[in-house]
Amino acid sequence: MHEMSLAEGVIQVLEDNARSQGFSRVKKVSLEIGRLSYVEIESMRFCFEAVCRDSIAAGAELEIIEITGRGWCHNCEKQFDYSARYDPCPHCQGYQVQMVSGDEMRIKELEVE
Amino acid sequence: MCTTCGCASGNTRVEGDDLHHGHDHHHHAHEAGHSHDHSHGPSHDQQQGHSHDHHHEHSHSHQPSHQQDAAGDLHFGKGPAGNHVPGLSQKRMIQIEQDILGKNDAYAEQNRAQFVAHNLLALNLVSSPGSGKTTLLTRTIEELQAKLPCAVIEGDQQTANDADRIRATGVPAVQINTGKGCHLDAHMVGHALEQFDLDPQQVLFIENVGNLVCPAAFDLGEAHKVAILSVTEGEDKPLKYPDMFHAADVMLLNKTDLLPYLDFDVEQCIDYARRVNPQIEVIQLSAKSGEGMQQWYDWIDAKRQALLQTKLTELERQVAAIKYSL
Repeated sequence: MHEMSLAEGVIQVLEDNARSQGFSRVKKVSLEIGRLSYVEIESMRFCFEAVCRDSIAAGAELEIIEITGRGWCHNCEKQFDYSARYDPCPHCQGYQVQMVSGDEMRIKELEVE
Repeated sequence: MCTTCGCASGNTRVEGDDLHHGHDHHHHAHEAGHSHDHSHGPSHDQQQGHSHDHHHEHSHSHQPSHQQDAAGDLHFGKGPAGNHVPGLSQKRMIQIEQDILGKNDAYAEQNRAQFVAHNLLALNLVSSPGSGKTTLLTRTIEELQAKLPCAVIEGDQQTANDADRIRATGVPAVQINTGKGCHLDAHMVGHALEQFDLDPQQVLFIENVGNLVCPAAFDLGEAHKVAILSVTEGEDKPLKYPDMFHAADVMLLNKTDLLPYLDFDVEQCIDYARRVNPQIEVIQLSAKSGEGMQQWYDWIDAKRQALLQTKLTELERQVAAIKYSL
């Protein structure tokens, strides 16, 4: 349930930005979450709703933009779709693979008033 | 985790310090309009409308004006602040592009800078509950402390039992109870560091909460994550919990004295670990029989020397730069 910590982290970033950018309500939050990141999306939605309740983001819409995983094989020097950290390279079946994308946990943008 | 101070929404406590919230350093959970007294050190101007933007820059040095129990334990507080910020009422879009863990990572960098300043190798020990982490750690510090002075931060949801076990060996230890939290974060560790004299220490072991999921995401400022897997668990755990084995630099395969009685396939387990992390080092050992422990100590010493060598190289570069400009 570290999604609860992450959701509280999101609220805190919103509140910091409310101070620095001068807004009082958050209507919508867009997160970019990689498919191979540490976030379970349904759990994040549940936790976000729970921690928003008494915050400047109460009732805010949560948009989650999922980012697909991409891996890079050091042997083949090619990129490929990567759906789990233990996936081999589809070309050589080796495991000398580095993740190119898919572990993002980012707040992308906000709709505020 | 509240990323202003990093406190969990539960009741995190650090021994010897008290972080009970609803208190001073950044005012969680205030209702607008109520009055409150601040008894801690730094004075500050109260903002109208409770926007509370006077929160400190976290030098980890605030005066604990809050509740401190008989053991001197510290209480972390509640979740995020219910701030009321006067602002505009015009709808607009704001690009933020900030990492959700950005604040934790900033605290982790502060911890890392402290470790480097004190020439301290910090290791973050992660595993499932019951892998034999504390037994391994107890034996390690008993056998290592004469050569390499050690300190320990213990993370558990509740009880100071593990820190008590460590302190019985004569090594300084601080217990962090995460309350409802499932992992240590960098801010808790920063507060725990205040309880130590770091100068005489050479190795800091941070025993994380027994959990193969959540601690993977939270950088504490350590030099290396050390994953401990015991042979009484399944050999496919590296595949079941790939994030953790991906984040670790070394896997300690513990309880090897039990291998004759089990069907555990060591080679298969190592193969699985290298699928998720081709660079991971593996040390097979038994904290009970002592088999393989020397290899683990050699690994610690090699990493400590690498850390010191990196710092020495940097200092020599600075000395050369100063000499050049004289």
